[in-house]
Amino acid sequence: MFGKENCLASLVSYAVGALAVASLLLAGCAPAENKATASSSSLKPPAERKPAPDFALRDGDGKIVRLSDYRGKVVLLNFWATWCGPCKFEIPWFNEFQQQHRERGLVVLGISMDEEGWDVIKPFVAALKVNYRILLGDETVADLYGGVSSLPTSFLIDRQGKIASVHVGLVSKSVYEREIEELLAQDKQSGRRPAAPAVAAARFRAE
Amino acid sequence: MLKVRSPAAVRAGRGELTAATITVEVRQGYHVNSHTPAEPYLIPLRLSWKSGALEPVETLYPKPKLEKFAFSPKPLSVFQGSFTITVRFRVPASAPLGPGQMTGRLRYQACNDTACLPPNTAEIRVPFTVHP
Repeated sequence: MFGKENCLASLVSYAVGALAVASLLLAGCAPAENKATASSSSLKPPAERKPAPDFALRDGDGKIVRLSDYRGKVVLLNFWATWCGPCKFEIPWFNEFQQQHRERGLVVLGISMDEEGWDVIKPFVAALKVNYRILLGDETVADLYGGVSSLPTSFLIDRQGKIASVHVGLVSKSVYEREIEELLAQDKQSGRRPAAPAVAAARFRAE
Repeated sequence: MLKVRSPAAVRAGRGELTAATITVEVRQGYHVNSHTPAEPYLIPLRLSWKSGALEPVETLYPKPKLEKFAFSPKPLSVFQGSFTITVRFRVPASAPLGPGQMTGRLRYQACNDTACLPPNTAEIRVPFTVHP
């Protein structure tokens, strides 16, 4: 779907294994036709989440960035392109999310699917004052994530590196806000939200 | 997403002008950017010719629709549904007599209200006959 010629020489994308990819596809990283719609905003229960395939892509400075570099963070992984109007519409939201939630552990990563590469991406990103990391994608990484036949396609990945939600196409900002809040609040070990009474009890004992 | 109907064969003599009308159908719910998009970042509809004995002189696109979408603060210049593109060709004085074919490519980029598909091309064939 997207051209391979962008990155074959410069980046390394790899699967965590054929079985993992197959299970990912079955679990919900399917392309637009099958997956999330504007009304789908709920997170998958932690037990049902599948690992997000790792990859290694280059950023605008030529540095290799791996998804696994961000284990322990909540990652908003956004596939986009400069020619995509809905993608452009979301970028200010993602700037805002990155700004507001960086300290709490949110990382926004934008994977550009522009076949023309950095020549078109860099001026676009500068014009929109993008404050998060942009990586140059290709068909290989798109395939890892189920094909990514439509843009934007975004994956919210929990602190354990598992896919908590997928959105194909433009969804409302509030959907992202709600899901990001929920993921940031989830416990780092279990992926589950800490139980409020237990926290309160612990605090009481400490006092 | 986009279907192109090639025109019936055109006939013209050496040194004459002729025209072919290409019908394009965009799937319901989708649009393609017009040949003059409203925003510089959008990919325009573009017809180009790869080979053939005729010389393309002019491409006439229909008047685009200015359509507002949720993802754009201003209306976009698009084509939707069915529309036609007319191409005028000149038959060179040296063109070989008899049947031939012009082959072209229509580059387009389609979106719906919430998502976009990557740029794509559709092949176009215009059969012709050059008569004396």
